[in-house]
Amino acid sequence: MTEHVVIVGGGTGGTVLANDLADRLDPELDAGDVRITLVNDGPDHVYKPVWLYVPFGQREPDDGRRPLDELVGDAVDLRIDRVTEIDTEAQRLQFDGTAPSVGYDYLVLATGSTLEPEQIPGLADGGHDYYSESGSTALRDELLGFTEGHLVLSVISSPHMCPAAPLEFVFMADDWFRERGLRDEVDITYTYPIQRVHGNPQIAEWARPIMDERDIEAETFFNAEAVDPDSETLVSMEGTELDYDLLVTIPPHGGIDLIEEAGLGDDGWVDVDKHTLEAEAAENVYALGDTADTGVPNAGSVAHYQAGVVGQRLASEIRGRPATATYDGKTLCFIETGMHAASFVEFDYENQPSPAPPSEKLHWSKLAYNESYWLTARGLL
Amino acid sequence: MTDIEPDETVDARGAACPGPLMDLIGQIRDAEAGDVVRLLSDTDQSLTDVPEWAEEAGNELLAIEELDDHNAFYVEKA
Repeated sequence: MTEHVVIVGGGTGGTVLANDLADRLDPELDAGDVRITLVNDGPDHVYKPVWLYVPFGQREPDDGRRPLDELVGDAVDLRIDRVTEIDTEAQRLQFDGTAPSVGYDYLVLATGSTLEPEQIPGLADGGHDYYSESGSTALRDELLGFTEGHLVLSVISSPHMCPAAPLEFVFMADDWFRERGLRDEVDITYTYPIQRVHGNPQIAEWARPIMDERDIEAETFFNAEAVDPDSETLVSMEGTELDYDLLVTIPPHGGIDLIEEAGLGDDGWVDVDKHTLEAEAAENVYALGDTADTGVPNAGSVAHYQAGVVGQRLASEIRGRPATATYDGKTLCFIETGMHAASFVEFDYENQPSPAPPSEKLHWSKLAYNESYWLTARGLL
Repeated sequence: MTDIEPDETVDARGAACPGPLMDLIGQIRDAEAGDVVRLLSDTDQSLTDVPEWAEEAGNELLAIEELDDHNAFYVEKA
């Protein structure tokens, strides 16, 4: 009997896993004992970290987009389609339109995060973002011509993709305006929902003095309640009002509705065992990346490492061996601290981050990794 | 044991900091004025995070209930 592994979501986690599994299970695939299907709702794979550089005119959205069929090995069945229902009892998936449902023996959900700006009144009209292709280009159109006024970066809620990116944006903006002799004309304010400037205490403790030194104003315990695009003001639940000339936000995030509808977890995040990444509410279902509610950052490195764990576990299960691989919370991030310097952090469930001193070498390491990312997507790096 | 009847409960047990506080803020965001939200959290950080935020936002922390392996925080939206 052929075992069918279905991976839903062709982002970093899903794509790395599809290639990882195809490599591990090469003999079984050749013999027809296993099938791997990767389902994505569009033909392209998107590498989102590129968007951070788009508003500064340094990269184009196309730099982060490649056809999935060029990245995924031939042994993987690539299906460009949208899943509309997950039935974990019958182990079947329903698709858009009249296509017949498909059964699975193992299901991996890697559907990622979606932006939900509509949660905050006025945000969609008043705020810019660099967490989407269209957002990053619209922000670029504003930022490149912005020479004076108040730039506000507001993290609306957490969790969100790439927790380092809000800090990176204000550090880069500060440096970018300074280099162009415009910093005295531009005020920068950074807002964060809790009492420090980052969710992780060690990263917050490291970042706050840099912000103070570089005259980046920080507003903590700031949970945006509404944006008024006409008066250009942002009001928080805590009663603080900020005037802005250019508002950049990290919009609220959510997972896809299908996950809640399938009873796998709230808000589109799958409740999982944070070590095995197995869903708690269903058999033979895994989740990885943003989709897995593990408490670790929603970062590409996390999805990458988790894909390796799920790949090993699935290969063991398919071969009838005990699955022993576990995820230890490993997370790795470069953090731009300007246009020419970056820091680096590495941490896991047990060990806290200790940000490296910013250097040009780390900045170039980040840019080099962004180029070589396509090897990661192919399962080679 | 408190006799406060919450309008909503957020179970953030197992979530690491700042997850429980963000879950509470999210629920308060959707609540009506006067609603009581109960947060269940098993991280000690919530013992400082929640009172600090409630005060900052002008919401009232009605009670903290110490249970076997977690705490229950009752917050009334102003």
